[in-house]
Amino acid sequence: MLLNYFLSLDFSTFLRAMPGTAAQGMIWGIMAIGVYITYRILDFPDLTVDGSLATGAAVAVMMIQAGYHPAFVLIFSFLAGMAAGFITGILHTALGIPGILASILTQVSLYSVNLRIMGKSNQGIGLGNTNLVASARYITGEGSAFFFIKLILACLILVAIIYCFFGTELGASIRATGCNPQMARAQGINTNYTKVLALMISNGLVGLSGGILSQYQGAADVNMGRGAIVIGLAAVIISEVIFEKLYAGKKIAFAYSLMAVFVGAILYYVAYALVLWLKMPSDYMKLFSAVVVTIFLSIPYLKTRFPKKRRA
Amino acid sequence: MEYILEIKNLHKTFNKGTINEKVALDGVNLNLNPGDFVTIIGGNGAGKSTTLNAIAGVWDIDEGSIIIDGVDITRLNEHKRARYLGRVFQDPMTGTAATMSIEENMAIAARRGDRRGFRWGISKKEREQYKEQLKMLGLGLEERLSTKVGLLSGGQRQAVTLLMAALKKPKLLLLDEHTAALDPKTAAKVLEISDKLIEENHLTAMMVTHNMKDAIAHGNRLIMMHEGKIIYDVSGEEKKKLHVSDLLEKFEEVSGSEFANDRMMLS
Repeated sequence: MLLNYFLSLDFSTFLRAMPGTAAQGMIWGIMAIGVYITYRILDFPDLTVDGSLATGAAVAVMMIQAGYHPAFVLIFSFLAGMAAGFITGILHTALGIPGILASILTQVSLYSVNLRIMGKSNQGIGLGNTNLVASARYITGEGSAFFFIKLILACLILVAIIYCFFGTELGASIRATGCNPQMARAQGINTNYTKVLALMISNGLVGLSGGILSQYQGAADVNMGRGAIVIGLAAVIISEVIFEKLYAGKKIAFAYSLMAVFVGAILYYVAYALVLWLKMPSDYMKLFSAVVVTIFLSIPYLKTRFPKKRRA
Repeated sequence: MEYILEIKNLHKTFNKGTINEKVALDGVNLNLNPGDFVTIIGGNGAGKSTTLNAIAGVWDIDEGSIIIDGVDITRLNEHKRARYLGRVFQDPMTGTAATMSIEENMAIAARRGDRRGFRWGISKKEREQYKEQLKMLGLGLEERLSTKVGLLSGGQRQAVTLLMAALKKPKLLLLDEHTAALDPKTAAKVLEISDKLIEENHLTAMMVTHNMKDAIAHGNRLIMMHEGKIIYDVSGEEKKKLHVSDLLEKFEEVSGSEFANDRMMLS
């Protein structure tokens, strides 16, 4: 029986799925950069992303249906995500609600908002639309290499923009807020302002990612963001556990760490594809995501608890 | 002469209406002349650090007013007051951002009170200035501008925090037991740096300390606090003549308790 199972596996199907896997990884990587900004830079557990991803997607699909250019609508995906981040930020800073709870409140309300935007639980993009910025149709056949070059270039440009932003005075004040809010205030930084701003930028990127993803999949679904935070965390943490040693102390370590997040997202999707290829039912995939994050989150901790025995 | 700091009738009670109610400040009045360097001593819970935190705006005060160089800051947010203040804390971890480099920390301090926009966070010219200033510390940090502050020792971090606090020449420098967490040798070095920065920049400063010898040896004025009030205020020649035994006597006189129990004895 076991033999039959292994014989039924065809490695070439796994390999054939790779381009799609990589593309998905890079698109989700944009969302993971958003998670990196809140989770790592701001030190804020932001669950808004589960809602704002679908918001970005819903806005994109509805606007494309209305005849707008698929590249143009991404601006509004970004803005919609920013609005979501703004709400979480205000709930936290102006109303004093603990960060994680504030983000859950926004996430839950976004479910209704997303339904309202789409009018029903999912909306598709017509097959005839050929201007999409990304599509599962682009990854095979003619022009697929060009599509990947564009995608990689877009990711690198995003890394450059984020890197430069966090190098500015404003960006530095956000980093200081995340690292030591007491120090930040003592140095005249309005930490409420910087927190809201970081949440807006983060969720803007998540919304952007949702907008691209909806085009890639050809549809937006009100549930498409469910568990997104776990995927984002997986990408961030995989990137740190595997690559951090390589760029630690380097001159532009921060830019490398952002690029590593994209690689982390791709690796996550490779593992995802591998598990699917091993014929694990797709119903289990959320469980799989959680297990991956658990493993990578616990590695650094377990390493300190059980250090390698030194030779006498 | 215009006072640089005017504190009038400061009151603050923590946990009001609960069994943990604690009157921390009970009518503090204090005026500082420009260039004053005041050391503040007193037992645990006397209101020394609370006074500094009230000035810094960590929380709202219940009553009273705080005026710095003619500007009423009583109702200003903590980050808005920061433009007038330089602060160094007891815990060396508090004053700096550990994951950021020495130069980045200094660049953040150099923009205290300014608008932070899309200009690059640090300029080449600044880097040279910081190098010069770090050299003054004599800790070799001028060669480690891009080192993460988290990798420095407590004393080094406190020295950098001091430099950051003095960078924008604040109207008032608040030193809140900033040597208490350091070993004696490092503490002496950090105190020496404090003196130097205060003198060179003509700063007005308040320094809370548990060490009576330090309180006598540094500054031109000494204040003793007890139960949220200033109970002793001495300056000039009179302060110079003080001995630790005088302070102990004074404290026993007002508190009526044996001072030996208090950690202020350790000096």
